[in-house]
Order: sequence, then structure tokens, then C-alpha cells
Amino acid sequence: MTPTRYATSAIAAHWLVAVLIFIAFPLGVYMHDLPLSPQKLQLFSYHKWIGMTVLLLFLPRLLVRLFVAVPPTLPAPAWQLKVAELTHVLLYVLVFAVPLSGWLMSSAKGFQVVYLGLLPLPDLVSKNAELGGLLKAVHQTLNLALFGLVGLHIAAAAKHHVIDRDATLRRMSPFGK
Amino acid sequence: MNQINRFSLHLLCFLLAPVLSVQAAEFNQVQADKSSLTFVSKQMGVPVEGTFHKFTTTIAFDPARVNMASARIDLNLASIDAGSQEANDEVIGKQWFNIKAFPDAKFVSTGVKSLGGNRYEAAGKLTIKGKTRDVTAPFTFRQEGIVGVFDGGFVLKRLDFAIGEGIWADVGTVANEIQIKFHVVAGSMPVRK
Ligand code: HEM
Repeated sequence: MTPTRYATSAIAAHWLVAVLIFIAFPLGVYMHDLPLSPQKLQLFSYHKWIGMTVLLLFLPRLLVRLFVAVPPTLPAPAWQLKVAELTHVLLYVLVFAVPLSGWLMSSAKGFQVVYLGLLPLPDLVSKNAELGGLLKAVHQTLNLALFGLVGLHIAAAAKHHVIDRDATLRRMSPFGK
Repeated sequence: MNQINRFSLHLLCFLLAPVLSVQAAEFNQVQADKSSLTFVSKQMGVPVEGTFHKFTTTIAFDPARVNMASARIDLNLASIDAGSQEANDEVIGKQWFNIKAFPDAKFVSTGVKSLGGNRYEAAGKLTIKGKTRDVTAPFTFRQEGIVGVFDGGFVLKRLDFAIGEGIWADVGTVANEIQIKFHVVAGSMPVRK
């Protein structure tokens, strides 16, 4: 039987990651220029924990995508299906690469990531100020790409929902039927 | 047979000679380039390593006469590396070390005692930011060839010295406990009798 909606696991993973990114992103933009203060240290930590949660969810989410049946694509011009698929693949890549670049940057800057303040995670690279600066630029650039793609992704979903009035958004919606 | 015994006795004396002579020596020639003063602070549960590049250590330590031992460390606070440039710029400021008013910190021992084996403990007065507190620092001593190596440390409670005032006084973000570690390498001079 081909499903008409995404599986509950896929929907849960999608929106959980979406919410986390929608918190981590503005937090990152807000915090990075703050003058040093306890609040800055706290926000940096929250940002890292939220981002690490996204990274943690990546593998189960990928497994769900690969092994749980996906509803067939809805009718649309071939080029749109191509763009949609490419966008989704790139989103997966970035949802993995963005937090990974953050973790790498943190290691290079000499700040170990201690998940939720409790679980020390290994440093991926040893302390190196130059590499830290480079990885910061990588994190920023990947985030810019993520921002653009998420924008495209949302615009497309809105277009399907409002203009085409098809099931694209509904079948990923936690409330839809 | 006798010959061999005599020979081995001489050999033994020869081999032991440096050890015996060193035992009657005082380690007091600190090798600054081989010594280090480091610390670990905790920020939001994250251990952050730091170091002081400029400090002067004066010690006199003869393992055979521990009660005569003494140590003094003079520390240039501006030479701190607190883990990042941002932190370095911050900690020299008023709320932290206030190095304009208090450029140096110092430790002056009041006594050293043996804890058995190669373990010892130095007690003394630590002065930072105009405040003097008693501290005790356990350490180990071992001889490596002609030099003595001292490794030890203690936990400094930063608020005892008003290190981190105002918004920084909250120990939930930067923990009160700072682990201090010292590694001192010193050569010896024969004790004058
Ligand atoms: C979904 C995951 C993440 C998103 C969407 C995200 C997003 C961002 C954004 C938008 C910025 C601001 C960039 C700028 O304008 O300069 C930022 C900065 C930062 N992020 Fe992330 N991030 C994520 C994960 C992580 C992780 C996992 C870590 C570390 C473990 C991390 C560490 C940092 C740090 C340290 C900065 C500040 C860099 C600086 O200014 O020194 N991020 N992040």
C-alpha cells in the first residue's frame, strides 16, 4: 500500500529539526557579536546544545527517510520535481554540515562541547586559532546557504498550499489528515 | 673472588656517587623555560585551559631537609592566556584582575611538609588583587637526572580574591573553582656545609 501521507516518524523528525533550526539560527545571529558577558557564554552554550541536538537527530532522520515508505510525488512539471529533489538533498547535507561545522569550529577555538552542560563530547580537531577563524567562516557560509534553501523550501510549500491547493504541505503536517 | 668483590664494591660506590651527592643538594636553580603555570576554569561546564607566560619562581628544596624548604612565585598577570583573545582582553579588566591597580600576584610559602613517598605539601600565602589568603598545595617531587621536577596544584576559589565581580560573580556561568597547576623544573647546587 502506498501511503498518502508521510509517516509519523518522518513528520515528527521534520518539525522537531525545523523548530530547533528556527531557534538556533536567530540565536546564532544575535549572540555572535555580543560583548563578552555571562549571558553570552550561556547563549553560546544553548546554541551549541540545540545545534548538537540537530546533529544527533540527523542519523535517525536519515534512516527514516531511507527506510520508511514515502508518499509518491504529486503531479508537477518535471523541472519543479527536479528542483524540489535537489533542494531536499541539499537541505539534508546542510542540516548535517551546519552543526558539524559548528562543532569543528568550537573544537578549533579550544572550547570543548559539553552537551547540556553534562556530557563532554570529544574535540574533533585540536586547538588552532587560524583553523578556528576559517571554520567560523565556513559555519557562516553554510548557514547563509541553509537560510537561502530554507527560504526556497518554505516558499515552495506555501505556493503548493495556497496557489496549487494540493496536498504537499498537508501530508507533512502534524495536524493534517 | 675477593678481587671481584672489591671490584663490585667500587663499582657500586661509583654508580651511587651521583645519587648520594645529589641527595645532599638543594634544588634552587629554577629553569623558567621548562616550568609552567597553567589553570583550568569551567564555563557552563566546559573546561577551558589557560596559562601564564611570565612568572618567576624561587625555590629552595632539599628532599633531605624538607622543613627548610621554601618557595615563592611572582606572577605577571598581564601575561595570562585565558583560552581566547576575547577572554584575555576581558580578564585584565577591573572586574577580573584589575591589572592596572594590581599587576602582580604572588605566592609565598610558609612551610613545606612531607606527605610520605614523593608527595609533599606547601602551605603559604597567596596574594591576588590586594587580597591575601592561605592556600595549601600538594605536590610531587621527582629527580630526573640532575634536575628536580615539582608537579602540583590546588583549587583556587576565585571569589575569595574578587576575581570576577559584578555580573561575573555568578558562579553558575564561570565556576568559582579554578584548578591551578604548576610544573617547576630546578637544578641543584651542592649545599654549603
Ligand atoms: C542547526 C544547527 C545550527 C545552526 C542553524 C546554526 C546557526 C548559526 C548562525 C546563523 C550563526 C551566526 C553566524 C554569524 O552571523 O556569524 C552561528 C554562530 C555560531 N555557531 Fe552555530 N548553528 C548551528 C549549530 C552549531 C553547533 C552544533 C555549534 C557548536 C557546537 C555551533 C557553534 C556556533 C558558534 C560558536 C557561533 C559563533 C561564532 C562566532 O561568532 O564566534 N553552531 N550559528
